[in-house]
Amino acid sequence: MPDDSTQLIACIPRLRRYARALTGDGSRADDLVQDTLERGWNKLASWRRGTDMRAWLFGIMHNVHVDQVRKPTLATEELDDYTPVPHMPHSPTAGLELRDMESALRQLPADQREVLLLVALEDMTYDEVAAALQLPIGTVMSRLSRARERLRAIAEGRPIIASLKVVK
Amino acid sequence: MNSLPITEADLHAYIDGLLPAARHAEIEDYLSARPEETARMEAYRAQNAALHALYDPILAEPIPGRLTASQSVHGNLMQRIAAGVAIAFFSGSVGWFLHGAKGNDVSVAQNTSANATPQDSQLARRAAIAHVVYSPDVRHPVEIGADQEDQLVTWLSKRLGTPIHPPRLGKLGYELIGGRLLPGDTGPVAQFMYHDVTGQRLTLYVSNEQAGNKDTGFRFTEQGPVNVFYWIDGKFGYALSGSINKNALAKIATAVFDQLEKS
Repeated sequence: MPDDSTQLIACIPRLRRYARALTGDGSRADDLVQDTLERGWNKLASWRRGTDMRAWLFGIMHNVHVDQVRKPTLATEELDDYTPVPHMPHSPTAGLELRDMESALRQLPADQREVLLLVALEDMTYDEVAAALQLPIGTVMSRLSRARERLRAIAEGRPIIASLKVVK
Repeated sequence: MNSLPITEADLHAYIDGLLPAARHAEIEDYLSARPEETARMEAYRAQNAALHALYDPILAEPIPGRLTASQSVHGNLMQRIAAGVAIAFFSGSVGWFLHGAKGNDVSVAQNTSANATPQDSQLARRAAIAHVVYSPDVRHPVEIGADQEDQLVTWLSKRLGTPIHPPRLGKLGYELIGGRLLPGDTGPVAQFMYHDVTGQRLTLYVSNEQAGNKDTGFRFTEQGPVNVFYWIDGKFGYALSGSINKNALAKIATAVFDQLEKS
């Protein structure tokens, strides 16, 4: 048991990093981590040794997050692929400035943001993401692809993509 | 070459470093003829880098107490404190402490480790954990700083129910940073922290819960990277912890002991 607890505690910094990126807010992120840990401690006995505890915890965090987002306390507007992308001025580097990345991330639908963060930030394999979020691998790939393309669109603005195509 | 067709999934796996080496080369071939796709992949790579740049600093932040506190309901206090060590060393070396604590007591005086009891080595162990948890902290190493030493002394004495004073170690090159209250076996204990001009930190752990233990001479133990001198005097237990070598630490421990004898 102490080893399990130690392992769980050792995951906290990564859970915090992910939660911060997911929610975009420090105290909401720590609330999410706290709820996740409480559920984790309660269910620690059900964690199968030898399996990846990190993936297990991220799975719990996903469920906690879904529960929180579903709570109708705050009216949040979920964006989907059909929401028009705001036009942003073209940056000469055509890349995302850090500040812009933060706001662009907020403009992703939550399900795409989750997948992107688990892959890009947590360095999970696609199979691990599929297992943690209990999704088919195809769904993981399509969300990842859409998330990245959407971030790129926000960073560059649609007209720039169009002009690149003309250049070709 | 019968290469498989390049899919969108392959391109992502290429960006994320999830492709086998052979396949990697095929993607590079594929991209070399397609500048537009190459630009797209570079943008994705930049996204990964930006996410790390934005959020990796959170990994190094001190963990808010409320996140580790929730375990107290589920695990005993010792586990929780040991877990604190895991936080301090979260990258890889988790568990050195649990292993290190099993048999590393080293005797330095004739009357030492032969009759060490689990309780008094527990004192050293707790002190070492408190040392590794708090001494690396840049922003909040202590709760009350040495600039408010009067308040610190009054507060800690009141909480421990016994007058306690931080020894003066200036002659040995160590100045008081301040102190904090910590949970001991059955109630509060105190930790004083000192540093020298190079920033080397020492902590003195003071417990008044040792009435059930016999007095001891100096004992020395290595707890992972931390050296600890500790001794029990009546109801008091003291443990001086630091990452300096044993002889240097012994000199300071002797000075602490002498001052406490006189007070």
